[in-house]
Amino acid sequence: MKGTFVARNEAATRVQTSDLDARLQRRAKWSRLDIRLSPYLYISPFYIVFAIVGLFPLLYTAYIATRKWNSIAGDTGTAICGATCGDANATSWFGNFDWVLHQPDFWVALRNTFAIFLISTVPQIIAAILIAHVLDSNLRAKTFWRMGVLLPYVVAPMAAAIIFSQVFSDNMGIINSLFNAVGLPKVAWHANPLASWIAIASIVDFRWTGYNTLILLAAMQAIPHELNEAAEVDGAGRWRQLVSITIPQLRPTLIFVIITSTIGGLQIFDEPQMFSSAGSYGGSSQQFLTVTQFLWRTGFVSTNNSNMGRAAAVAWILFLIIVAMAVVNFLLTSRISSGDARASRRAQKKGGAR
Amino acid sequence: MSPTTTRRRTSRLTSEGRRAGGGSYAFLVIILLMSVFPLLYAVQIASVTTDNMYGLGSFGKAQLSILAENLRKAFSELDFWRALLNTVLVSGICAIAVVFFSTLAGYAFAKLRFRGRGPLFLFIIGTMAIPTQLSVVPLYILMSKLGLYGKLPAVALPGLVTAFGVFWMTQYLEQSLPYELIEAARVDGCSMISTFFHVALPAARPAAAMLALFTFVSQWTQYYWPFLILGTNNKALLTVAAATLRGGHFTDYTLIMAGVMLTAFPLILLFFFAGKQLVAGIMAGAVKG
Repeated sequence: MKGTFVARNEAATRVQTSDLDARLQRRAKWSRLDIRLSPYLYISPFYIVFAIVGLFPLLYTAYIATRKWNSIAGDTGTAICGATCGDANATSWFGNFDWVLHQPDFWVALRNTFAIFLISTVPQIIAAILIAHVLDSNLRAKTFWRMGVLLPYVVAPMAAAIIFSQVFSDNMGIINSLFNAVGLPKVAWHANPLASWIAIASIVDFRWTGYNTLILLAAMQAIPHELNEAAEVDGAGRWRQLVSITIPQLRPTLIFVIITSTIGGLQIFDEPQMFSSAGSYGGSSQQFLTVTQFLWRTGFVSTNNSNMGRAAAVAWILFLIIVAMAVVNFLLTSRISSGDARASRRAQKKGGAR
Repeated sequence: MSPTTTRRRTSRLTSEGRRAGGGSYAFLVIILLMSVFPLLYAVQIASVTTDNMYGLGSFGKAQLSILAENLRKAFSELDFWRALLNTVLVSGICAIAVVFFSTLAGYAFAKLRFRGRGPLFLFIIGTMAIPTQLSVVPLYILMSKLGLYGKLPAVALPGLVTAFGVFWMTQYLEQSLPYELIEAARVDGCSMISTFFHVALPAARPAAAMLALFTFVSQWTQYYWPFLILGTNNKALLTVAAATLRGGHFTDYTLIMAGVMLTAFPLILLFFFAGKQLVAGIMAGAVKG
């Protein structure tokens, strides 16, 4: 194409110079336009798709949350809290939120979600640090071990949850069988609230511990070796090095891991949903019903007088809780591991520059 | 063969750190068993009859013929080939779309100058913090209005772009694509888009492969959104189909475990070939992020 363009230009030179000028100008203009517009063109697919499946739903969900919205009838007016709030017919923009906050099941679900989140996250992060610490040494067959800890990541959470529902069977599943063999009593892993939280937390940890281990391992490898060597010269053992040097140095990565765990953990659905048999949602007495399951039950299960407006309200409440939790986590993590003030100031400066 | 003290000291200074002792290996073997055991337990349950599922004695009662029978039953009840094809299709399309759009946007953010570049990039990073739950209800209504309820495009559409992908490719191209290459292509008369195809896309290949892998895995393992939007068409994808094997009152877990095996096996197979890439991808992301 360029060749013909040049050839034509040559022909043009012979005939008419003004024509050439016009062509060159047009070409320069086109090129400038190309340079100026291309970047926007390249980033537009993200923005277009995001506008449809991200931004629009985000704004729309705020609207839906104020409406009485049935999956069959659609939008049928301003939200009604109903008899639970006193007046059965009073309409209010916050009617759905009011209704949700009046549901005992919502509070149970919130408690369960937090319990599962805490029981899964705390041991998971400790385990991930320990495993990463062991992997961060002169091992034979490094790739093998790393792949080994990551294997559960490719198992779908719903599949893992089905497997674990049998590992933690209330009958003589493998865990109860082992308990029995060493003389411990059987545990009702599904019926007992605390036991069910532990079982579900272990499903989460099964899938995510290895993933977070590798993130932490990468961060560990970026720590300058001089630090550990200096500590060794000063007589610090392996354990002391881990606590006094490695963990404080990992802080930015730990914050990242904890915040992503918070965002994901508080939205947990697949694990509790698959942990029970198909008939019950979150256990026979809601002992492991989570907020997301409550959202789904409120908005999509027809037998439950489904109301999408109320489901949207649950989504907003959950969103606000997640934001609050992320902030709390951020503050906590930056407080806890700020071993020396200088390091924290440096990190803050870095964060500000970014 | 025993190394001298001096050699040990130098190796400590130059290599990646401490020498691992027997305790480290023992610890890792335990961790490895914990990540493999649940998968083996699924095979075990799929290999016994329902009245032999429980108790430690059940391990002696596993039979290959029962496993084969359960797998055969699950195979036909899942409509395995159709579900597999659909799952591969949805995950594959999302992986390709995410990689292409992310590379395009990442190239623009990393290497091109334009007004609003900083804020636009920050906006994308910001969207990563929005939980998926927040948009589930309106997305469901939107897809239903578009007539996509119960159809595969409704599953794939929200996964065509990811903020993480854009972030990932921007980081990578910023570091690994020299400006000289772009300038050379421009001097040679390449237009903006052909510069992208001839210079940026080839340079992005290693990061693109990892991104494709991650997108593929995360689409494949999804359950919540497909379950919601596919509704009664719940045999269309592997994860939702496997869940239908659970009955309302009576559930045959030996059959379900066979279904779970069929759902998980293709990805585990992929993992044997591409696990190294996944490991490298996670570690690279952490260092840069």
